[in-house]
Amino acid sequence: MRSLSRLGLLLLLAALVAVPFVPHIIYPIFLMKVMCFVLFACAFNLLLGHAGIVSFGHAAFFGSSAYVTGYVLRDLQLDPGLAIAAGVLFATALGGVFGALAIRRQGIYLAMITLALAQLVYFSFLQAPFTGAEDGMQPIPRGVFLGLLDLNDDTNLYFLVLACVGGGLWLVYRIVHSPFGQILRAIREHEPRTRSLGYAVERYKITAFALSAGLSGLAGSLKCIVFRLASLTDVHWHMSGDVILMTVLGGMNSVFGPAIGAIIISALRHYFDALGAWVTIMVGLVFIFCVLVFRRGVLGELTHFLAVRHPAKEQKNAQI
Amino acid sequence: MEIFGIPHQAFLGQIMLGLVNGAFYAVLSLGLAIIFGLLRVVNFAHGAFFMVGAFIAFLLGRNLGLGYWPTMIAAPMIVGFAGILFERFAIRRIYGLDPLYGLLLTFGLVLVMEGGFRVAMGSSGHPFQTPAQLRGVWDIGFMMLPIYRAFVILIAVVVCAGTWIVIEKTRMGAYLRAATERPDLTQAFGINVPLLLTLTYGVGVGLAGFAGVLAAPIQHVNPSMGSDLVIIVFAIVVIGGLGSVLGSAITGLGLGIIEGLTKVYYSEASTTVVFLVMALVLLLRPAGLFGREEA
Repeated sequence: MRSLSRLGLLLLLAALVAVPFVPHIIYPIFLMKVMCFVLFACAFNLLLGHAGIVSFGHAAFFGSSAYVTGYVLRDLQLDPGLAIAAGVLFATALGGVFGALAIRRQGIYLAMITLALAQLVYFSFLQAPFTGAEDGMQPIPRGVFLGLLDLNDDTNLYFLVLACVGGGLWLVYRIVHSPFGQILRAIREHEPRTRSLGYAVERYKITAFALSAGLSGLAGSLKCIVFRLASLTDVHWHMSGDVILMTVLGGMNSVFGPAIGAIIISALRHYFDALGAWVTIMVGLVFIFCVLVFRRGVLGELTHFLAVRHPAKEQKNAQI
Repeated sequence: MEIFGIPHQAFLGQIMLGLVNGAFYAVLSLGLAIIFGLLRVVNFAHGAFFMVGAFIAFLLGRNLGLGYWPTMIAAPMIVGFAGILFERFAIRRIYGLDPLYGLLLTFGLVLVMEGGFRVAMGSSGHPFQTPAQLRGVWDIGFMMLPIYRAFVILIAVVVCAGTWIVIEKTRMGAYLRAATERPDLTQAFGINVPLLLTLTYGVGVGLAGFAGVLAAPIQHVNPSMGSDLVIIVFAIVVIGGLGSVLGSAITGLGLGIIEGLTKVYYSEASTTVVFLVMALVLLLRPAGLFGREEA
């Protein structure tokens, strides 16, 4: 099983490396967007799936990092590497603040608090002088990464995005499988008991918030460079809803399930874009369907299906 | 006469306008609180039902020529009935699960309703006539108050007080309170709790639809009129605590006034002040002003 998934991973990587050389099969810019959302959803799931914290405000991290990156690139004219770092740092700090406030309540209240805080961020960006309000911040120059890699070339940019998203996903995987990740799951399962074992639960939750926010920020920052645009869509609460849908649709009880959800939703939005508001209806119906009959998500249902047929493999499948 | 360097008239005027907004917040957070209290579902679709109420009022008037007063009764009933159907066929399936699923389910409904009205009616706003009896303005000394806005404040207070009386003083309200506290015991005493849940959801979203009808002459009727409102109402509910019906209504009115005052002194912050107050309340009194701590 393990060697099989490793082989799959290598094949996937090979396919991804080959993409920019066959642009007529799949549009590289679209794929970069998908990769950003894959990272965003997996980072979000650090909180939802592994810590059991429902954040309805992740657009704030994604979008604010995009704005900060845009500001550093366009107004300060600095290196894209610095711009990404600034975006990620800002999102991480913001995640810490959100976390510190939101974990004062639990469950559904926590979700409403993150939503309200994200709306606060939304209005701040709407009124800030450098964001261009409804027009968004554009055009943002892509620049030359570390003075070496010219990002105006789509192929160069593609490999940068691939490397960053790959690194981000690796980090998510490491966090989930670290002692820190174990403690997060312990908090999710039984908070009072974890507390009684001597863990400073609040500190773990805030750290999880900051990590998840930072990685979401990385996704937002990359998206901003890819599209040369940071706009209000990125901070609007519909974006927070989208990332929840991606995660629940893909399956929140696995590390990379959300990636599948992100691919499905991005493809839906991309290929049916011409239908206008019908896409919103479709996404809403997927949401309702998902909650009513499909709660384990695509990957969750799949592993469950396999586990029912081959009970012995259940343990291994749970690790995917 | 001036108050903190602001002309007296502007000051009182903004308080009045704040009260109008507060009236909407109060009616909406009231419905949200009733639904949450009994169903344990945070109804994300509350703002969307508000929008649907306004649209139904608009369509009844345009296509059937129904006057404002019959509309005011009919539109909330239609919205309430839609809510009952949704509870019966969707929400009922997720009782007992993590409350997260309720939030997600109703969020999906928001997308369907907003998208649906956008397809059917377009994104731009539709103007809605103020009823003839309520046109014009009153000169109340410090400002010219449109009669319709005074009417909104009045009727919101009546609706909130009426709901409070129904819940606190009638037999139906007693069942409701009992089922909120201990649904299993209430059921054991022979009260049809599932029916009560369905009706509560219907009444709750009916209230939202009613607020939508009230708002129609003030705002342009458009598909996204409820979507930012519902988040403000969420913040208000966090501030007031979902525990008490009266508490959420009072918090709604109060925050409307605070918002109005912010417009006078620092208008840039008027869209964010509710969320700032929420952050402050969380720091000082995490359970909310009227709430009790619950998981």
